Amino acid sequence: MKSHVWRPLLVVLVVIALVLVARKVLVPADFGIGARGYMYGWHRAGNEQQWKDMPVKYKTAAHCKDCHPDKYEEMKESPHRNINCENCHGPALDHPKDPHSLTVDRSRELCARCHTRLPYPNSGRGIMKGIDPKTHNAGLDCVTCHWPHDPRKEGHKR
Amino acid sequence: MISRRSFCKKSLLIAGGLAIPLSCLELFDPKRLLAEKDQKGPRWVFLVDTRKCVGCGFCVKGCKVENEVPYDANVTRTWVERYVVTTDGKTHIDSPKGARDGFPNKGIDIGHGKLEEIKDEDIDKAFFVPKLCNQCDNPPCVQVCPVGATYQTADGVVLVDRKWCIGCGYCIMGCPYGVRFFHPVFHVAEKCNFCYHRITKGMQTACVDSCAFGARRVGNLRDPDDPVTRIIMTERVNVLKEEYGTKPQVFYLGLSKEVK
Repeated sequence: MKSHVWRPLLVVLVVIALVLVARKVLVPADFGIGARGYMYGWHRAGNEQQWKDMPVKYKTAAHCKDCHPDKYEEMKESPHRNINCENCHGPALDHPKDPHSLTVDRSRELCARCHTRLPYPNSGRGIMKGIDPKTHNAGLDCVTCHWPHDPRKEGHKR
Repeated sequence: MISRRSFCKKSLLIAGGLAIPLSCLELFDPKRLLAEKDQKGPRWVFLVDTRKCVGCGFCVKGCKVENEVPYDANVTRTWVERYVVTTDGKTHIDSPKGARDGFPNKGIDIGHGKLEEIKDEDIDKAFFVPKLCNQCDNPPCVQVCPVGATYQTADGVVLVDRKWCIGCGYCIMGCPYGVRFFHPVFHVAEKCNFCYHRITKGMQTACVDSCAFGARRVGNLRDPDDPVTRIIMTERVNVLKEEYGTKPQVFYLGLSKEVK
């Protein structure tokens, strides 16, 4: 056969080879179909571990109770017992190493999240103890009069 | 008559074009196909009890801090919506800053810093609905990704590969629930992933841990003794936008028809 057939064919084969080589180089080794198959599973498998390795910031009350058993016990009986320590004290991160101390959010806005009165019938919010932050001792921190760990107790110890 | 030069050029173009889809070909591996059918390990699902939510927004705050979503940017992986249905049949819906600070105002946020005041006696019913990624069994956001940057893991969670995402935004458009957004720092698609780094360590998600009312729960659907699975199997649960066929895996208790 004459070379006018073979030459373009050779070029074609070279192009295909180049695409395959480029694919091999550019696509990571762990890229492929995962557990969910062709439609939902295409991914770089190593990325799953990258997400698992993200640092945990909120360590939950289980982390607090070993060093602060007094606070943990006080909270256990309190009407506020379901509120996690870190909701007000901030994420523990690697406390006590880093940060050494946590910044407590004592703002009115924090308490107002639940205790701003919203007159909603048939909603849990409607039956919660609520105030109007605009008129209820405006300017004062709630913790001046209310002990947040156990709101049945009065005043803040400081 | 076709010249040799143009014939070579055209055949080169066609062959190159045909080679592109060829580069995606991969042979079937029966072992892998069998592994797909294996139903081992957890299937993470979520249960939201809208009857318990009081709209404090601690979940949104916890989520933003835990997952490093810029706190003051108006984007969030999870948010809480407030529905106020008035006696004239109207439904007023808002979610100021995604309820990051709860709902500090009685008035409904209608944008541009304006509030729509509603008289107490006009309220027929009012409730709060937390929203988050549904980790659908048929995730449309994954189907549209052109590069394989978003995918579903064996345990049902849809993740985004931040290194692989090209930021085209198809998935953000494709999600019928609007849970995806661009991360303001990484400039790639971002979404709720059920705190994958927490649930895989046996912990709860950050939003579940910060909820004081038990309105949010995460569970494993493949464990018949899981309390969340028991509720999903035995109680009257609902999902969002069932008609889209996405098979969402976030189940709601006490959902009302106003919620879309």
